[in-house]
Amino acid sequence: MNVVTRISTLAALLFAGIAAAQTTAITGATVHTAGPQGTIENATIVIRDGRIVAIGSNMRAPAAADVIDASGKVITPGLFTPAGYIGLVEVGFSAGPLDQVQRGDRFAASFDVADAFNPRSTLIGVNRIEGVTRALVIPTASSPDEGGWTSHVISGLGAVANLSGDADSIDRRAAVMVVSLGENGVSLAGNSRVSPLLVLRGALDEARDYRDNADDYERSAASDYHLSIDDLIAMQGVLSGDIPLFVHVDRASDIDALIDLTTEYGVRAIVNGGVEAWMVADRLAAADIPVVLAPETNLPGNFDRINATNANVARLVAAGVRVAFADSRDQTHNARNITQSAGNAIVAGISFDDALRAITLTPAEMYGVADRTGSIELGKEADIVIWPGDPFELTNYPEQVFIKGKAVEMVSRQTLLRDRYLDTETDTPPAYRD
Amino acid sequence: MLVACEQAADDGSQPFASQYTPLPSDAVILRGATVLTGTGERLDNADVHMADGKIVAVGEALSADGATVVDAAGKWVTPGVIDVHSHLGVYASPGTESHSDGNEITAPVTAQVWAEHSVWPHDPGFTTALAGGVTALQILPGSANLMGGRGVTLKNVPGRNVMEMKFPGAPHGFKMACGENPKRVYGGRGQAPGTRMGNVAGYRQAWIEAAAYRDKLDAAAAGKGEAPTRDLKLETLVGVLNGEILVHNHCYRGDEMSIMLEIAKEFGYTIAAFHHAVEAYKIGDLLAENDTCAAMWADWWGFKMEAYDGIRENAAIVDKAGACSIIHSDSSVGIQRLNQETAKVMGAAARVGIDIAPEHAIQWITKNAAKSLGIDDVTGTLEAGKMADVVMWNGNPFSVYTRAEHVYIDGALAYDRNDPSVNPVTDFTLGTAAAAGGAQ
Repeated sequence: MNVVTRISTLAALLFAGIAAAQTTAITGATVHTAGPQGTIENATIVIRDGRIVAIGSNMRAPAAADVIDASGKVITPGLFTPAGYIGLVEVGFSAGPLDQVQRGDRFAASFDVADAFNPRSTLIGVNRIEGVTRALVIPTASSPDEGGWTSHVISGLGAVANLSGDADSIDRRAAVMVVSLGENGVSLAGNSRVSPLLVLRGALDEARDYRDNADDYERSAASDYHLSIDDLIAMQGVLSGDIPLFVHVDRASDIDALIDLTTEYGVRAIVNGGVEAWMVADRLAAADIPVVLAPETNLPGNFDRINATNANVARLVAAGVRVAFADSRDQTHNARNITQSAGNAIVAGISFDDALRAITLTPAEMYGVADRTGSIELGKEADIVIWPGDPFELTNYPEQVFIKGKAVEMVSRQTLLRDRYLDTETDTPPAYRD
Repeated sequence: MLVACEQAADDGSQPFASQYTPLPSDAVILRGATVLTGTGERLDNADVHMADGKIVAVGEALSADGATVVDAAGKWVTPGVIDVHSHLGVYASPGTESHSDGNEITAPVTAQVWAEHSVWPHDPGFTTALAGGVTALQILPGSANLMGGRGVTLKNVPGRNVMEMKFPGAPHGFKMACGENPKRVYGGRGQAPGTRMGNVAGYRQAWIEAAAYRDKLDAAAAGKGEAPTRDLKLETLVGVLNGEILVHNHCYRGDEMSIMLEIAKEFGYTIAAFHHAVEAYKIGDLLAENDTCAAMWADWWGFKMEAYDGIRENAAIVDKAGACSIIHSDSSVGIQRLNQETAKVMGAAARVGIDIAPEHAIQWITKNAAKSLGIDDVTGTLEAGKMADVVMWNGNPFSVYTRAEHVYIDGALAYDRNDPSVNPVTDFTLGTAAAAGGAQ
């Protein structure tokens, strides 16, 4: 039986709801685990109740298991897109609200995008059939709206979501606190890059003061904070180290200032963008600050990026900085293109395993969900992608994707459009076609 | 500076004529490569012979004839990549407000402006595009206006000014835009157009004026009446009506492209290519009938309403319908990897049984692009007598791991991935990290 047919049959069974407690074994593939087991040839992966319960080479599938023969195929963990707005936006421009955009004077740090996440978004189907199974979704600052409402240096809380389409798709709330420094922050806080730093320091100072004097606040003895009570509470997770700052910043000197700030306040941080991060790679490594970057960014898009180079990724990895990859142009509708970023990062000088980790395990670790996803390991939720060959080759697309052990229907609004217009000979009007 | 060119337009009688001079070159034979000729053919273990800036021959075991022999075993050789939709130079890096020179957003019809008058030759994006194998590119005005002005086709060589980059003999392009952008920009100011129907009225009104101007010119030429006062805007439009300037029409939706084809018929011009054309797959037959190319991204979608129906198979389905498919960039990042963008379409198409072989796919970023720019008689394929615009890749160009190793423009080595001395660095880049690493 050919594998594609076999997989389709299994998917049909699963969609019928029969196999909720079914044991599934995927056999014969080369498995890049992204975990401690490295790459396993001729592997068997056993999935039960949505989790990986066994994995090994040349291992016999359990007798009761539904077996998927993946001989000759390549398997990776589900891909993890490290920053974007999947589930928060349908159409980006002139087409209704953008749920990731934070504005208004009543909130900043407490703005939590998890409350807006739409598991039925068309973006979910489009991205998951190409292997994306988890996403960090974040709030963002934007220019003032017509009512004059402005955004803030602190945009609010990002969340980890899975792309199952299930109602309970949020895996972790408050995974990061989003902040804008450098040129991004200047427009939000004043005319200098000093301004957003001062705003961030002020927020941390107030959150500390509130932490230490909450009783006074309750008694109204201390109420002259700039932050709202909701924002002060949201910032407590940052102070305690549970929530890393997720900082849009590119220029090396701004990253230096951020590193100083994390040391001073004892908070954690992740750099997002990091076009000049390679210039401070050793400091980032020493401070264990990971970087989310687009490996292809090699042009000085602005004066924060004047030292943009394709060598960024390789220099960071060589220095021991953990990296995760985002597409340089679109981290939302086309989050699926992170495999292209990974392939290009390899040409820039990192290993296949490092590239794979950058789109699987590393983001899972950065956002505190590596206990359940990010690699193919015993006990983890089974986010698995079956590829016809090298997952980074642009001509290769997933044959089957599993999220939390469940085979995803390999259909999206785009495949439906494609199928409708594929037959260029028919006279049937499109609306009457399938 | 000025050299003799084949085309009368570049004889110096017109302002802003091409002053391009090819870089010095020696005769070269790329020996033993997999050659995708751009004509649809694939030749294994074949040679490409270049001399005096031209392709001399393509075939097996060619005589060296005094040429420098480059061992190209294991390499792939293709025509130079051509991007029909770039804003390099007019929206240069760094993208500061002071560099925003691509959209004359002061009136919905600005046919009088020429993109070449905005091109900043020191945009570092030209050199990074060169490292991606791009040998020629069309720089277009933006899409804020119904009629945004003239585009210019360049050789991707460093120049002190745009004239030294202009592709000799290439016709001007003319940028038009459908849909959301013009109606948003002007409607937002309470000015026409504010709707798609307003857009269409705007195009038609402009063509009516152009036709009247042309008639006056024709009459004056025939000795009947006085010639009208020279009008830069109408001159451009008449150039389109006379077929001397090629229309490149930003248009996403299938229904809107269909309407634009009607307007073209009404006023007697042709549309060389629709750009972006995310719904071209819905009207492949119409495009084929009208001999209009579709220049597309591989996969951009959803960033605005008119891009919501974008699919990865777009270019393949258009191609299957017998129309002319082009992959374009509209991006300083994308232009560096048009081969990769093409590969994504090939893979997607294969999943639904449309087999696009490498020798066919390469035409989407070479021959077909050249056709829409009106330069396919001199470049776009590896055929004897054509300009030696050639890329030697270090493997199959449709692999993510492959890079352009040598880029030849008119037979001259313009970029060598392994030799920093053949890695051009623009003025702006001096003193930055990128200068130390060359275009890479």
